[in-house]
Amino acid sequence: MKAISLDGTMTPFAEGQTVMDCALAANIPIPHLCYLPGFVPHGSCRLCTVKVDGRFASACTQAATEGQHVEIDTEELRQLRLSLLRMLFVEGNHYCPSCEKSGNCRLQKAAYDEGMLDLHYRPLYPKREMDASHPDVLIDRDRCIFCGLCVKASRDIDRKNIFGISGRGIDTRLVVNSKSGLLADTDISAQDRAVEVCPVGAILVKGRGFEIPIGMRLYD
Amino acid sequence: MASATEHADLLIERMGNNPLQILIAIQKAFNHVPGDAICRVASALDLPLSRILGDVEFYSFLSREPLGIYSVLMSDSITDWMLGSRELFLRLCGNLGVSPGITRSDGLATVARTSCTGMCDQGPALLVNGMAVANLTDERIDAISRLMEKKIPLVAWPDEYFHVESNIRRRGWLFQDWEGAILEGEALLQEMTDAGLRGRGGAGFPTAKKWASSRDASGSERYVVCNADEGEPGTFKDRVLLQHCAGGLFEGMTLCARIVKAKKGFLYVRGEYRYLEAHLENLLAARRDADFEIELHWGAGAYICGEESALLESIEGKRGIPRVRPPFPVTRGLHGMPTVVDNVETFCAAAAIAAGGGREFRSLGTAGSHGTKLLSVSGDCSRPGIYEYPFGVAVDRILEDCGAGNALAVQVGGAAGTCLDASEFGRKVCFEDLPTSGSVMVFDRTRNMREAALNFSRFFARESCGFCTPCRVGTEILAQTMERISEGHGTREDISEIGNLGGILKASHCGLGQSATRAVRDMLKKFPEHFEGAVK
Repeated sequence: MKAISLDGTMTPFAEGQTVMDCALAANIPIPHLCYLPGFVPHGSCRLCTVKVDGRFASACTQAATEGQHVEIDTEELRQLRLSLLRMLFVEGNHYCPSCEKSGNCRLQKAAYDEGMLDLHYRPLYPKREMDASHPDVLIDRDRCIFCGLCVKASRDIDRKNIFGISGRGIDTRLVVNSKSGLLADTDISAQDRAVEVCPVGAILVKGRGFEIPIGMRLYD
Repeated sequence: MASATEHADLLIERMGNNPLQILIAIQKAFNHVPGDAICRVASALDLPLSRILGDVEFYSFLSREPLGIYSVLMSDSITDWMLGSRELFLRLCGNLGVSPGITRSDGLATVARTSCTGMCDQGPALLVNGMAVANLTDERIDAISRLMEKKIPLVAWPDEYFHVESNIRRRGWLFQDWEGAILEGEALLQEMTDAGLRGRGGAGFPTAKKWASSRDASGSERYVVCNADEGEPGTFKDRVLLQHCAGGLFEGMTLCARIVKAKKGFLYVRGEYRYLEAHLENLLAARRDADFEIELHWGAGAYICGEESALLESIEGKRGIPRVRPPFPVTRGLHGMPTVVDNVETFCAAAAIAAGGGREFRSLGTAGSHGTKLLSVSGDCSRPGIYEYPFGVAVDRILEDCGAGNALAVQVGGAAGTCLDASEFGRKVCFEDLPTSGSVMVFDRTRNMREAALNFSRFFARESCGFCTPCRVGTEILAQTMERISEGHGTREDISEIGNLGGILKASHCGLGQSATRAVRDMLKKFPEHFEGAVK
């Protein structure tokens, strides 16, 4: 059986598997945000960056090959993940205490897991548009991390193709496939996979106000 | 005039499934891409609206808001700065009474900045409605302002404004009159292997191996693509090759196509070189090859499209986001089919080797870098332009030839390259020492390298595609940090933070982010005195 070394643990893999697949199967944690099993890996958040034979690679896109030495839990990589999380926080407007997703947010959880205690960088305070046009679903772009999961879920699972990523560089933005650019002019529903799959509080179902008590939320 | 949607219909009928080229044409006709046109193009091509909107918001030469009748983009390359472009920019804005990037209320003009336009040997330069105007002076800026105020159409402007010099200062092996291939197919591949031809774009992959891999990969179609999207600040040698050696380039692409059995090829030219359109179209029209068609594909202001997989995305009409590699284009390239992507200079060299130049090519250069390299030399020197040297030429030899007697620093490889101080001028341009696509920028002893660091930092923030976190956010933080330092508000922590950013950006998805802090960190290390005085 072919195997790779994950922080010294020899882990078997099958042809076509990625480093992330191997690690998940072996219960070896690699922090990640834009990756979700069942979706084609994107490799954009870079939180799953590991060192493969001494070189940086995103675990979700890196194919496993015989004899690879993968470093995951090293000081260098912990610092890198911390920096990437801080970057994700400062580029948007994230106010966890008032966010509906708090306690169920993968970005927030990753930040707790990595021991992030401050922003370190100066916040960029971008001005981003909110879309509250739809009766059931809301887009709060302040919290979007451009993981692309909603784009894929809406296109490939819901078969509605409602979302897209537009812009460039720091002006990258989540857009809606309707002439007005508004969610109200799409056939999105609160039950769509695209809504559920958002790792942060960027796409939310309306009419719910902090329903789950603190202490019982997903990541409490 | 036809409405934007009617115009879009005409373009779609003429240009088919080619969204980016259609959008460029709409921009040209309407000074922007109206929302109606975005919808029409999307529905006619059966693409999601966000794909077309994504293009308009990604490519910097496309705009959703109406620009002026005259849209001026001043080249923001460091060499243009050194020649006074920032003062000329303000002068132009003052003459016309406009603020940067904001269209004048009567719709006459928009004046903004763009990344290096590839005229560094004859700067400062600008683009007006896509056409290059070089050798800018106060007088020329004033004259242009008057022409615009009088609404004189570009065709009636003095010809000399649009004249672009080639400035070929040193000719070598490649610039000989190579005509008529005497080798092709297997024999040519063998000759290219024997000659040691490696890609001229900077990475140096063995060319024959690339072509053979593509030929041997499975696929129902195959493509040959020439990358003429040279956006690295300070490089302009592909412009000169397109002007003087396009015949050789097409020959090289055709020889490649016969080997890999491709029926279709693309020449991807950066939008900044639009003035070459008639020249290239005429040459392509004169080609007689029923088996292999070459199509011109224009870029629209995106440095990242020089990365080969982003370039393929762009030909497919998408935003230029680099793909996950592997698979590499040789096996899965354009439309998922085996594709050879090579630099202009590489195809030209292949054609010259086919015409009998292999032995001479082999004899030139170093043990690991055979043949010659075209260098684009600019900055503080008396003879900027194109220099062809055998690989292995030392930097001090280049400085001597171009008339740079007082050099403080030399930036080799553009903003993504290496900054050398005088102790390193003995280093050699070759794959073993200083690999480069050919940009050589000279800074003399009157310069402060902090300016270059600021310029390069802004460049990467402007050109990051935005796909991955470290590059999207890290380049912006780098640019803001350098701006603080330049304005005198920087701290020592800011300086050490730039070093940290370098480590973080190494985790980027592609080479743009990975190399974005390289030159700045070189400058901090080699010229600390240029920075330390400016921080608290």
